[in-house]
This record gives sequence, C-alpha cells and structure tokens, in this order.
Amino acid sequence: MRKTVNQKAWFLVLPVLLLVAFSAVIPLMTVVNYSVQDTFGNNVFFEVGLEWFEEILHSERIHDALGRQLLFTGIIMAIEIPLGIYIALHMPKGGFWASVCLVLVALPLLVPWNVVGTIWQIFARTDIGLLGHTLAAMGIEYNYTQDILSAWVTIIVMDVWHWTSLVVLLCYAGLQSIPGAYYQAAKIDQASKWSVFRYIQLPKMMGVLLIASLLRFMDSFMIYTEPMVVTGGGPGNATTFLSIDLVKMAIGQFDLGPAAAFSLIYFLVILLMSWAFFTIMTNIDKQEA
Amino acid sequence: MNNSQTKKGFFSSKSPMIMLIYIIFLMLPVYWLLNMSLKTNEEILGTFSLFPNNLTFDNYIVIFTDPDWYWGYINSMTYVVMNTVISLLVALPAAYAFSRYTFLGDKHLFFWLLTNRMAPPAVFALPFFQLYSSVGLFDTHIAVALAHTLFNVPLTVWILEGFMRGVPKEIDETAYVDGFSFFKFFTKIFTPLISSGIGVAAFFCFMFSWVELLLSRTLTSVDAKSIAATMTKTVSASGVDWGVLAAAGILTLVPGAIVIYFVRNHIAKGLSLGRV
Repeated sequence: MRKTVNQKAWFLVLPVLLLVAFSAVIPLMTVVNYSVQDTFGNNVFFEVGLEWFEEILHSERIHDALGRQLLFTGIIMAIEIPLGIYIALHMPKGGFWASVCLVLVALPLLVPWNVVGTIWQIFARTDIGLLGHTLAAMGIEYNYTQDILSAWVTIIVMDVWHWTSLVVLLCYAGLQSIPGAYYQAAKIDQASKWSVFRYIQLPKMMGVLLIASLLRFMDSFMIYTEPMVVTGGGPGNATTFLSIDLVKMAIGQFDLGPAAAFSLIYFLVILLMSWAFFTIMTNIDKQEA
Repeated sequence: MNNSQTKKGFFSSKSPMIMLIYIIFLMLPVYWLLNMSLKTNEEILGTFSLFPNNLTFDNYIVIFTDPDWYWGYINSMTYVVMNTVISLLVALPAAYAFSRYTFLGDKHLFFWLLTNRMAPPAVFALPFFQLYSSVGLFDTHIAVALAHTLFNVPLTVWILEGFMRGVPKEIDETAYVDGFSFFKFFTKIFTPLISSGIGVAAFFCFMFSWVELLLSRTLTSVDAKSIAATMTKTVSASGVDWGVLAAAGILTLVPGAIVIYFVRNHIAKGLSLGRV
C-alpha cells in the first residue's frame, strides 16, 4: 500500500513508545549497569569495566548451556516444521470437522507453560504416568529424572506436543489462501502430487513458514518453564538451557554482574538472528507487493 | 465431478487417519491429567488404571472451597484482562500509524518493538523485580499486567498492523472528506472494520499473558499471586498432592478452550500476523 509521509504520526506511536520504554528500556539499563559493576554487598558498587563480559565469553558453563540450547532448538525445529507442514496438508478443508480439528489442535498452545510441564511430568512418570508405565511394561529402560537420554527425549516430545500446532495452524492458513484455479491448472497439466506440493503449495507457504520458524526459534531459545518443571535442569546439568542457567545465576546465586553480562550477550544473539529473519521477511513482503 | 474434489494434490484429506493419530497424540496427556484429577491420591499411587475406579470430585471441591486456590484464578484473570485492555489501547493508534504513514525512523521503531517480543523473560525477571519494588507496585496486579506488555504490545501492534493494511486507504480519505474528525473516524468507522483483527489480538494478549509463569511469579508474593505460582505449592512435606495438582491443571485449560472456540476461524490469520 502506498503510504504518505506524515511526521505527526509520531504522536500516535507515542503511547506505545512510553509504555515500552518503561517496561523495557529502564530494566534493560539496570542490566547494563550491573554488567559493568561489582559489589561487596551493602549496595556499594564499583566499576569493573568489561571483566564480566570476558568471564562469560570464556566460561565453560555458559558454552555448555549454549551448546545444549542450540542442539535443542535444532532438534525441535527439524521435527516441528516438517511435521507441521505434513499435518497441515491433512487438515480437513472446511465444515464442521475443520472447526473441531482447529480447536483441538490449538488447545496445547493455550495451556499455561507450567501446566505443560506438570502434564508431562505426570504423563512420563514410571509409577503413575501412562507413558512411563507403558514403556516400563514394555521393558524399555526409561526414567527422566535419572537418565540423560530419557530426559532429553521427554523434553523434546513435550515441545513437539506443545508447539507443532503453531506450525500446523500457520501452514493451514497459508494453504487456504491458495486459489482453486491453481489446482485446476495443475490438474490440466497432470501434475503429480509431489509437483503440486513443490511448485504450488510450498512457495505459497514460504511467508508463513518463515514466521513459524522465527517464532519457534525465538521461543525455543527462551524456553524456561517447561523443562524447569519437568527436570529442573537435570539430571545434573543435562537439560539446563540458557534461560534456566541465567535464572540460577541471577536469582539463585545472586551473581548480578556476570548474570547481567550473560543477559546482554544472550539478548544480542537472539537479536542478531531475529534481525536476519526480519530482513528476509520484509524482502518477501516487498516481492509480493 | 467428484473426481475434481478429491484430486487436489497433497492438500486433499484422503486419509483422516493421520489427523486422527495427531489428535490422539495431543489429547492423550490431557486425558491422563483429567483421569488423575478424578481419582483420590491413594488410587493414583496405589493402582494403575486407565479409568478412575472410584470417581471423585474431591480434588475440584478442594480448589473451589480453598481461598488460596480460587484466588489464584481470580488474580490471574485480573492481570490478564488488565494486560489485554492496556495492550489494545496503546497498540491501536500505533498500528494505525505504522499501516498508514511513513515517518522518520518508522522502520527502526518497528524493529525495535519487535525485539521486545524476542527478549527472554529471564533477562528481565530481576530488573523488573527491582523496578516495581522501587515504585511500590510489587505484588499488585497492575505490575504483572505492565510487565506482560513487554511482549504483548509488540505482538499486538504487529497483528493489528497486518489487519489494518487490508483496509483500503480510500475509506480513510472518504471519511475525512465527509468531515469526520480523526477520533470520530477511528472509533465509529475504522475500529468496526478491523473488529476481527482486534478479537485476534485480544486473544493473543490473553494467551501469552495467561501462559506466562516466570514474570508473574517473580512480581507477586501474596496478594496478587497467580494460579501458576499457586500450583507450585502442592509440593509439600508429605509429598506431591497429585490429585489436586491435576485438577488445578485441568481448570487452567478451561478459559483457553473457551476463547479458542470464539476465535477458531481467525487464529491462523492472527498467528501469521495478518500476513497470509
């Protein structure tokens, strides 16, 4: 859409600006402040420069947490995106059953995150959980509080359960926007199912898929509550992702300086990735316009 | 021409089995929670059964009679509603500005807003605690509502901007020619036109505020304690009260299920930020 230049539009944006400044900029400044200071207690602070940043960048603990985080994000995206596309292709197209499916599919998204954790904690327990009990009955060694592999599998299946629906809903919306004429043309050309998917459906889904990937990337990178409830970051540190480590450091040990430096680096990493996504997205928007 | 309907490539739903399997996968853990919420603790720990043998509603009665429990729900609903109202009020004019005008720094501002959606709540937990304590808002509903605007306002602006782009600009111009003031045009003509967008944005504010735990737990202690925080107290010295925990979990699904039903046809469009 063509837009007119109007500097007065700033007044319309002002409320948002003030609110977000209050709830984002001021707290962020506190973080920046902590990141360059140290304290001996009693609220006496002194400047330490970039010492905390160096410490964090060389910290083995943070490297490990980042490694686990990347592995986790990689695995869940590799499962959720293709699975989401596949399920969306099988959603009913309209009528009563489409509504039923939409509501049921969307339900996991509306479950409070700690309840997601609770649900899976209960579901996967070997003594009282359906999944844990069934696996134990089948003779599979499974215990998410003791065994690292079990813990990882539980957390990944939980995330797939929780978030694949998001990808499904987005792809479904993308598929519904394809005009029927495209399919008729494909039929006349006797296109195979695969080429219909490859040359009609997939290109039309690119926009929403990008948004889905962006949201899944951001949210999985910030995951805290669900693994915290299920495994508490354990066994050992096996499922301690970045956010869990950060909260441990900031609130558990009250290491404000390193935690603040950690926060800023963490935020910058997400920012960088998101900027890349955002640029690609606006370019796609432009091509379509 | 039955053939033309069934042969629509991959998108045709020839095998409802796949959908069925996926929905069973989604519903099984929820069913298990429901199953447990209708059992006594002795039965949960003692026997393993797919159905409650002695159906009991005691767990739900505990929640509805203990003020600690039901106030958790009331507190959560309070800050969620506050957050939704605040987010929509500030986001509407901003989204209009982004969808209609170019102004100095608009793209940067838009991206900056977006970055707040990407900020990990864990980064903000401690500074928020200090900020709201120092202004005397700690343990109030408004503190949580304001904290949640951090990620809800950017999202709302994003969604609304997408929907507003779909409204032709000629409508604005005609209204101004007809002598409408900006305020009157916005409330009387424009808002009804994007009502579905507002509904979807409200749904997302509700959703993200309802499901968030870390910030709401950090910012409240007694008076405004959220249900999510209340649920952690079922772990006591005598072990976990599984039955009540499960019942509380089931009850947290209810508001979500109700709102999904109302926006079911718009969720997908809203999720894609109006960009489908």
